[in-house]
Amino acid sequence: MTIHQISVFLENRTGQLAEITRLLAENNVNLRAISIAETADYGLARMIVDDSHKASAILLEHGDILSMTPVWAVEVPDRPAGLSELLTVLAEGDVAVEYMYSLFTHKDGHAYMVLRITDEAAFTAAIAGTDIKLVGMEELGLK
Amino acid sequence: MPNYYQPEIETMPYEDIRALQNERLLKQVRHVWDNVPYYRKKMEEKGVTPDDIQSIDDLYKLPFLSKDDLREAYPYGLLGMPLSECVRIHSTSGTTGKRVVAFYTQHDVDLWEDCCARAIVAAGGTKEDVCHVAYGYGLFTGGAGLHGGSHKVGCLTLPMSSGNTDRQLQFMTDLGSTILCCTPSYAAYLAESIYERGLRDQIKLKAGIFGAEAWSEDMRRDIEDKLGIKAYDIYGLTETSGPGVAFECSEQTGMHINEDHFIAEIINPETGEVLPEGSKGELVFTAITKEAFPLLRYRTRDICVLTRKKCSCGRTHVKMSKPMGRSDDMLIIRGVNVFPSQIETVLLQKGYPANYQIVVDRVNNSDTLEVMVEMTPEMFSDSLGQIARMEKELVAALKAMLGIMAKVKLVAPKTIARSEGKAVRVIDKRKI
Ligand SMILES: [Zn+2]
Repeated sequence: MTIHQISVFLENRTGQLAEITRLLAENNVNLRAISIAETADYGLARMIVDDSHKASAILLEHGDILSMTPVWAVEVPDRPAGLSELLTVLAEGDVAVEYMYSLFTHKDGHAYMVLRITDEAAFTAAIAGTDIKLVGMEELGLK
Repeated sequence: MPNYYQPEIETMPYEDIRALQNERLLKQVRHVWDNVPYYRKKMEEKGVTPDDIQSIDDLYKLPFLSKDDLREAYPYGLLGMPLSECVRIHSTSGTTGKRVVAFYTQHDVDLWEDCCARAIVAAGGTKEDVCHVAYGYGLFTGGAGLHGGSHKVGCLTLPMSSGNTDRQLQFMTDLGSTILCCTPSYAAYLAESIYERGLRDQIKLKAGIFGAEAWSEDMRRDIEDKLGIKAYDIYGLTETSGPGVAFECSEQTGMHINEDHFIAEIINPETGEVLPEGSKGELVFTAITKEAFPLLRYRTRDICVLTRKKCSCGRTHVKMSKPMGRSDDMLIIRGVNVFPSQIETVLLQKGYPANYQIVVDRVNNSDTLEVMVEMTPEMFSDSLGQIARMEKELVAALKAMLGIMAKVKLVAPKTIARSEGKAVRVIDKRKI
């Protein structure tokens, strides 16, 4: 039950990210989460958008380089230790998290975290039987 | 089974080649001194007379000739024979300034055609072959040179000239061309057309002789695969007669220079100093048999390496590597010679686009080299670690090729201006 994430290559140049977000806004694409990873010379923007197909078409047209990556969206209680509990479960299950960031959406006292985990088997085994809840595209209103 | 056109010359022991070169050089210097006032003046300015040249060891004393000299001496300034003895001219398609015009006596044409015949035979050509000459005919030397060589070998010669692909393919299939002579880019184009039209089964090509342009090993493999042939390189300049100055043998590891007609030197393009065998530098030719256009120490501006390593084909003449670049393009970074073409080779090998830019600068009295490379969808990954690994690999490959560290800067696609005519590949901030 992964969700779609778009990663865009950023060269180290001011304004490039502004350009990308403006482009999405102009085309009525709603940015639901964004995370930037960078080195001194380049970086990448990881984004969750409400319409990933439309967004990738727009960005490709614009000449950006991107990739679609499956990531997990996990519901986290919006209270102290909410995230810590999740990470503890993953650590105990020996699940490597490559990166994570939060979704803008909050609902009914819950926040959502986006996690990149390549070892799917370890992940599903680790959360089996816990009250950790995965959320899908539909539930988040994504397509 | 090695094939030679003139075995006694092509496999002559090195000492004999050298003796022949000595004898011919002395005669040629005298011929030039007596008949080419332009060069005589250059010798006088350097304080050199024919008596100072007793053997090849004295060659370094002679002044160089450059393309600028040829332009300055245009059209007759370097002519070594009365025009009445000349039977032909060829000319380079210079992009700037005056054209260069080269003259030939019948003897010159004969020797040139011998050189081309050696190349054809080395590529497996015999009188049973159908030699398809798709180099341009006319002022350009390609068509005439290979045409003449093909005649000498006794091949059935198809004087196709370049262009008109339909006709090329029709003759190729109907008349069973076995050897294709043209530029590598045209060969690649024809190979593509043959492949697309599904004509592979109807062609009988076995070899190709491709020159007059820079081409890579990848391009060679591509053409060889598509056409099912062996593709041989050939080298030459209008200034030194045309194609056939050097040609590839079955070993395909460099081109044998026809040393009975040319003395090759490698020099440091900055200082003019002669470099030892195996050094990379600018190729300089002295024509020792040419009558009408007897250029001594002509700077080709091509950068390459010479080797006398024993060749499996049995030929004894020195081999030159494929030119690695032009001396005009050479950058000296931290004392090391760097050619943009070397960087291009590494990028292509590693799967990056050839659209790059080199930025050279000086920081704290030390030169810096930065190579800007465009990211491609194939190289891109969601993982920074993965991108960093690729970047590291590229840095290592550049270091191995150039001998110095280069910084790689990955940039967004279409950041580096595409070439409209000539792309700006090098930005040297040190000069400013
Ligand atoms: Zn050989």
